[in-house]
Amino acid sequence: MLKRETQDKLLLASTWAAASITIVFLLWVVWHILSNGLSHVSWEFVSSAYTRIGESSGIWSMIVSTVYMVALTLSIAAPVGIMTAIYLTEYAKAGSKIVQVLRFCIESLAGIPSIVYGLFGMTFFVTTLGLGFSILAGALTLSVLILPVIIRTTEEALMAVPMSYREGGYALGSSKIYTIWRLILPSAMPGIVTSVILSIGRVIGESAPVFLTAGMVTKIPESVFDSGRTLTVHLYKLTQELFTQHEWDQAYATATVLIVLVLILNLITKIIAARYNKASH
Amino acid sequence: MNKLEVNNLNLFYGENHALKDISIKIPNRQVTALIGPSGCGKSTLLRTLNRMNDLVPNVTINGEVKFEDWDIYANNDVKQLRMRVGMVFQKANPFPMSIYENVAFGLKAQGMRDKKQLDKIVKESLRSAALWDEVQDRLDTSALGLSGGQQQRLCIARTIAMEPEVILMDEPTSALDPIATHKIEELMDELRKKFTIVIVTHSMNQAKRISDKTAFFWMGELVEHGDTQQVFNQPQDKRTQGYVSGEFG
Repeated sequence: MLKRETQDKLLLASTWAAASITIVFLLWVVWHILSNGLSHVSWEFVSSAYTRIGESSGIWSMIVSTVYMVALTLSIAAPVGIMTAIYLTEYAKAGSKIVQVLRFCIESLAGIPSIVYGLFGMTFFVTTLGLGFSILAGALTLSVLILPVIIRTTEEALMAVPMSYREGGYALGSSKIYTIWRLILPSAMPGIVTSVILSIGRVIGESAPVFLTAGMVTKIPESVFDSGRTLTVHLYKLTQELFTQHEWDQAYATATVLIVLVLILNLITKIIAARYNKASH
Repeated sequence: MNKLEVNNLNLFYGENHALKDISIKIPNRQVTALIGPSGCGKSTLLRTLNRMNDLVPNVTINGEVKFEDWDIYANNDVKQLRMRVGMVFQKANPFPMSIYENVAFGLKAQGMRDKKQLDKIVKESLRSAALWDEVQDRLDTSALGLSGGQQQRLCIARTIAMEPEVILMDEPTSALDPIATHKIEELMDELRKKFTIVIVTHSMNQAKRISDKTAFFWMGELVEHGDTQQVFNQPQDKRTQGYVSGEFG
């Protein structure tokens, strides 16, 4: 048996080491991408159309496709997810059969590998519904993919609203719908917004289900029925054919843009959370 | 005249028989205190009077609760009932919005949009709750920034704004310091002129100070009910005597 003090020191050292390894790796990855990519990110790179060979090749159409994809996915998944969460926390009888079934479905959905969603989307949205490879088919697929996340996090935000608010609202004779709409939802809003922003990260991050459903046409999509290539799909595609230094540079530059985007999203989430904490204490 | 009348009320939480054959009359514009040890059913009874127990799953209620001539469990206009029978909770529960919006919440829920009328009622309600002088300069700031005692008076103002006839109070001062408690008790002395008040309290001194009638509960039964002076000075039941003399509870 080690002495108590030695045990404590060992445990402290190992937790400290684990934390250091995490931080070092994170910084290393970010530094690696940025140091290789940042010098190739220019206004020209961001704002130019993609050409396979030209020196002035850029990622503008991918940025536009990504924005379309995010906006459309959220406008489908956010309302459905939030409404479902409201039903589950405020209306459904806790522990009833339908809640158990719904929860089970949501948990199962969350565990399915995203490529399976891609396959489903390609079969159902692209072919059966005849949407073709399009932003719409991609957004629908991604909606199904992020729904569980939005539902779970929104549920958590709603459940974190103190029961005493609901009691207070009802005790004043206000209706259920008014209390939910004017009291519970606003109270949970920071949590809901955070969940939606985090799911933007998920939409940006997916590649496989996206190119299986939205295709990888490098033109700017003119409508949601056009195919489009998101940034992540573009990066995936670039890494398939890394032959010249120029192609490496393009890949790292695209990765840099992606990392910066995700960092900005996380920052926004932090700011919202911080403002919420300030407002409520 | 009786404002509320409970006849042969039985309440079960699942299998647990929480209120046993309760009959009690609550007189108009008086303060009725419900006392008794924890778990005796006094808060449960309070919550049947505005049907807040409806929110608890697995509750079975039988018997009759009459608000004037209205059998409140016979029809389902719970909103109307709760507007006329307001409630103040044990822990102040101001909403996370401005002081003004807190007081206006119930009115807006009823569809009142007239800004002038809202302003007027908010002001009057805060006056009646003895809070106006302290908050009139910061009606737009968050209610969560108020002190505990102020928050509780805000909740009283919010209730008064609905112009109820009865105010139910569930241990409204148990989370407050003596000074804040004193302010609320003073306020109740004013409110009794306009409202019928039913208060659950753990403090026998508080019951003595503020109530006209006292009802003593024991394990879900109403043991004794009468004028406060009489319940405290000449209790008829041994259990009441034991409780009010501080032997247990």
